[in-house]
Amino acid sequence: MSQPSQVLRVAVVEAHVERAHQFVDALREAGDFEVSVIGDATGLARRLAVIDPDVVLIDIENPDRDVLEGLAHASSATERAVAMFVDRTDDAMTTAAIEAGISAYVVDGLRKERIKPVLDAAIARFKMVSRMRRELEATKAALVERKTVDRAKGLLMAARGLSEDEAYALLRRTAMDQKKKIGEVAAALVTAADLLK
Amino acid sequence: MSDTLEIGYIPLVDAAPLIIAAEIGFAAEEGLSLVLRREPSWSSLRDKLALGTLHAAHMLSPLPVAMSMGLGGLPTPMAVPLVLSVNGTVVGVSPDLAAAMRQRGISGDFMAAASVGRALIETASLPLRVGVPFPFSMHAELLYYWLGTLGLQAPQQLLVRTVPPPRMAEAMEAGEIDAFCVGEPWGSIAVGKGVAEIMLPGCAIWRFAPEKVLAMRRDWLEREGGLAARLVRAVWRAGRWLADPAHHMAASEILARQQYLDVAAEVIERSFSGRLTVNAEASARRAPRFLAFAEAAAQFPWRSQAVWMASRLARRTGLDPDEAALAARAVYRPDVFRELLGPLGVDLPGASEKLEGALQDEIPVASSGGRLFLGPDCFFDGQIFDPNAP
Repeated sequence: MSQPSQVLRVAVVEAHVERAHQFVDALREAGDFEVSVIGDATGLARRLAVIDPDVVLIDIENPDRDVLEGLAHASSATERAVAMFVDRTDDAMTTAAIEAGISAYVVDGLRKERIKPVLDAAIARFKMVSRMRRELEATKAALVERKTVDRAKGLLMAARGLSEDEAYALLRRTAMDQKKKIGEVAAALVTAADLLK
Repeated sequence: MSDTLEIGYIPLVDAAPLIIAAEIGFAAEEGLSLVLRREPSWSSLRDKLALGTLHAAHMLSPLPVAMSMGLGGLPTPMAVPLVLSVNGTVVGVSPDLAAAMRQRGISGDFMAAASVGRALIETASLPLRVGVPFPFSMHAELLYYWLGTLGLQAPQQLLVRTVPPPRMAEAMEAGEIDAFCVGEPWGSIAVGKGVAEIMLPGCAIWRFAPEKVLAMRRDWLEREGGLAARLVRAVWRAGRWLADPAHHMAASEILARQQYLDVAAEVIERSFSGRLTVNAEASARRAPRFLAFAEAAAQFPWRSQAVWMASRLARRTGLDPDEAALAARAVYRPDVFRELLGPLGVDLPGASEKLEGALQDEIPVASSGGRLFLGPDCFFDGQIFDPNAP
């Protein structure tokens, strides 16, 4: 267990370099912490033994969480690199962290006041990162749909001699009749056309 | 209007009862809409269940027992009203190790756990490093039981390491582990990549090991008994549906979909048929009752199964075995199973606990309908576990 006077050591398990950097910056802004990044799960046990962190932060979507969990409960004395548990000093805070997409492991006995600033900073950063991720995904999906609709319009124009506006109107009418999205109708048409080639 | 339940699962063949309940209409018949949440890890699934983000989940059979014993993160009193699946796991080793084991001589019988285990211990360099999906799993329990009985001391000679199943093949290839015990389709996927050979089905170690359960928080079960009842009935019916071989092709196709397992249906179907492709030469081996969803009262949550797990966990972690057994008995809920499924005319066993491992064959037992057969449920070494003298 760390002494209250010591600087809190925080390890971040994150393979994505850019995200890891954002994390480190956010935590450094939030207080005087010693932040280390672990990018690769292969050497997790060894790295944790070297860093000897008070808090480990990991993306809840990261499948390596179970590796961390396994290390925390390793039956082997030689492998007992971390004796940490999912933080449950404050259920509301833990829930907020999980909703933001983050999970925190803390050494036994660490006081709530010392964990809180770390988690607050991590949660704020995570919320921003996941919002940006969602926006990016939405933009990508919209782009893909636009391309598919364009291809479907082209197919209809070529096959039935329609103008671009007429082709779009036909797609929209079909989608309404079938209670589907215009993107779905377009995708079905494109797939069918590819099969008939 | 149907009620919506958020259900967590890990993409494995044995999540089938939940997926089928949602897809084939068993949930709809109960006026339920199941939102299936594919979770990235067992820890994440456990935390969301403990904190109430999920209502119920597909869970490793020993995990709710461990959670109720205070082991691992977020200890929480749990309830298991239904077993989702029995067995369905495989033990694999690297092709080189498999070849060396064969040179030493192993039985040609796919169920010869003792012979394979001895060859493994004699051939591999110690400590043997074995990958499992999670520290509280039937995979880990089967390994400790099997290799411990054959004389390997943990942790000096046996290191059981947590490796997420999608990384199992990679960990074998990188030489981080010598062997693994994992649920399907991950063993078959490792074989397909040429990095492993399947040596044993899990049922060779214990013929009737509960593998996954339907888990929920105990306070949720008490507070939302009506919802829980509808969920249990829907999932029970889905399990029965899955036990019919006529449905295996359809089930494989549904599970194969991108939003579920995202694996070829042909690979999934191997689990249902029990005919596994065990090596790169595409040799096929057959395991009897490789994965059971309903046969021999597979869905019944025997208290003795929970006590077996608790006594093994307690012994390894230095907890009091009597307290552990007490905690375990409160987790597996044959009483709830009886109350919810009895009115449907389900043939209920007369007892809620039994000797584990006593049945070498299928035998008729006392039941409400008089048509119930149990067994075989023996351990590979013939030991019998008495839940009242753990």
